[in-house]
Amino acid sequence: MANRKVSVWSSIPFWRRSAAWVTGFATMLLIWLSFDTLGQISMGTDADLKNGVTKRVPAPTVINYKIDYKMDAKRGHEVPVIGEKQPFFGKEWSEQEAADLLHLGKLTSQAKNCMNCHTLLGNGAYFAPDLTKAWLDPAWQNGGALQGMTGKNTVEEAMAEFLQHPSQYPTHARMMPNLGITADEAKGLVAFLKHMSSIDTNGFPRNFSKSVETFKAGGTHAK
Amino acid sequence: MLNSIKTNEFAGDKGKELGMMYFRVAIILFGAQLLMGLIAAIQFLVPGFLFELFDFSVARMVHINALVVWMLYAMIGSVYFMLSDETGEQLVHAGLGKLAFWVLTAAVTVVVLVYIFVQVGAGTEATIWLINEGREYIEAPRWADIGIVVVVLIFYWNVFMTYMKGQKTGIMTVMVADLLALAGLYLAGMWFTDNISMDQFWWWWVIHLWVEATWEVFVGTLAAYALIKIIGAKREIVEMWLWIEVLMLFGSGILGLGHHYFWIGTPEYWWEIGALFSALEPVPLVAMFVHVLYDWGKEQGIAKAEGKTGSVMNNGPAMAWIVTNAFGNFLGAGIWGFFHTLPQVNIYTHGTQFTAAHGHLAFFGAYATILIGMFYMGIQYAYGIKELKATFKSKMGIFLITFGVVGMTIALTIAGYEQVLVERAELGGGWNAFFAAQELPWYIQAQMWRAIMGVVTFVGFIYLVLDLVTIGKQAKAAQAA
Repeated sequence: MANRKVSVWSSIPFWRRSAAWVTGFATMLLIWLSFDTLGQISMGTDADLKNGVTKRVPAPTVINYKIDYKMDAKRGHEVPVIGEKQPFFGKEWSEQEAADLLHLGKLTSQAKNCMNCHTLLGNGAYFAPDLTKAWLDPAWQNGGALQGMTGKNTVEEAMAEFLQHPSQYPTHARMMPNLGITADEAKGLVAFLKHMSSIDTNGFPRNFSKSVETFKAGGTHAK
Repeated sequence: MLNSIKTNEFAGDKGKELGMMYFRVAIILFGAQLLMGLIAAIQFLVPGFLFELFDFSVARMVHINALVVWMLYAMIGSVYFMLSDETGEQLVHAGLGKLAFWVLTAAVTVVVLVYIFVQVGAGTEATIWLINEGREYIEAPRWADIGIVVVVLIFYWNVFMTYMKGQKTGIMTVMVADLLALAGLYLAGMWFTDNISMDQFWWWWVIHLWVEATWEVFVGTLAAYALIKIIGAKREIVEMWLWIEVLMLFGSGILGLGHHYFWIGTPEYWWEIGALFSALEPVPLVAMFVHVLYDWGKEQGIAKAEGKTGSVMNNGPAMAWIVTNAFGNFLGAGIWGFFHTLPQVNIYTHGTQFTAAHGHLAFFGAYATILIGMFYMGIQYAYGIKELKATFKSKMGIFLITFGVVGMTIALTIAGYEQVLVERAELGGGWNAFFAAQELPWYIQAQMWRAIMGVVTFVGFIYLVLDLVTIGKQAKAAQAA
């Protein structure tokens, strides 16, 4: 018995070593991929926008541009398309102003706990609509029901109005509560939403442009 | 009430005593989690319920935070509890450990009171520091983050020093390494950025690498310990399995992180990486399932061959919960996770009730079950019971809780399915598409069943608590007679 060779498959040191190597390898690979990803998702600059350089996450000054979400035949899904200049709350925002506004908006989105009703980029709670492309939602555009109910003429003003007095504008039995959002915070939140809509999310949410098309063609049956 | 879950037979085992203190708070927070879940479930059906008093966002935040915190409490308690058995040494700094417990408990109480009574703040840094960070699961304000880090360092140092002093079993080696990773990952979730993609990138480092890597290894380690204690499984076999589980769990779970990087702004290569590694994630869960049942059968067979009669297990309720863990982990984390892990499916299911269905069964199956099993092991030791047998209340507890959670999962899966087809595939996922799907009868019926099954779960919880506070005393009296 003493000379009998024990199989490696029942050897604790073998499995311990294998576990350590596999864990180490997976960790190193994750760290390497993370460095690559962090480079790709860091925010672009104002110069990128001016020179038409596409970034996965554009600079805060993207709020000065028209944003669209279109099918890309090559990639096989919808992608954000940044178009011509478009005033935001009636003006063009400088780099510093846009960055400050986005900062206020992102802080407010956390301070008001948006994520525990809504989803952002698909993550959060499932009690209220996903906000990833909310800025592009037909309901908020000219002629859309949500813009219409606020009596405002632009997407940003309509959204800001709603955010400040959500329970005055019940869209459904399930309503958004009043969270004490100030006029400035509301502007910040809208900038945050517009910026988020310009992020390249690999086509999520899919089919979103379908609702836009139906809307343009004269309305959707999802009233 | 919970005083009956108390220390009296430990004969100076400070680690076990401290472990029981953590267990008691865990049970209270578990109850809070269920109550908040019931409120949130009702709000799906009756939109005006507590509107602008205690909104869904508040109920849901406390629901998921109580979940995370009770599990962390039960995990810390379990480590303190097993420490002397594994290392052969007493906890090195029991006084400091106790102080850390009270500091943590006071901090948790303040955080919850602020969540409930202050709820939201202005869009300033002060809110992030004092009220809440508004980031799902890790909403705790930054002052509490820092406090948690300090308390966890004390805990870790205590465990590590005891480990270094005593014998170094495989189980304890995995535990010490895993706890270091688990605690370290929390740091990735503590900072603020204006870039929402970057924000979610690091957020998932905490959430995913906790629940799909380090927590799973924790469960494997705990199951290994429990099998040795309850059915007298052979350490060599249990530890060999544990290393294989670590290999497979970390081998799939670490890069499985990729399945959260499909749609948050991160590059396309995560589709392939996330799909491949997360598809492998159920494999170790099958292994863990086989291992628990195999060891049980094997030990029973050996006992029979030796001419012994009766069961080899010395703790019926704990074993029942551990077997439920074996099933639940595989079903909830494995199957329900795999359902929607491939990007081709996930692009439609991401952010629907599908995720909620998976979340409920996975957190319950993978974590709640085994931690409840640990509560029963605690009771057994606290009262010095040689063989703890399941009572009527133990059986009602496990049956109703499991039935309720499975029922909620099925209901939410149906709701998710309807959402995927109507809101996402047909209508394109906008504001109106969302509400169109929410208002269809099939969705409402599913939410109704979810609420009913939530109540069933809560009744089961009441049985569980009643059992935990009485079973020890009864078994002790029976043993003395």
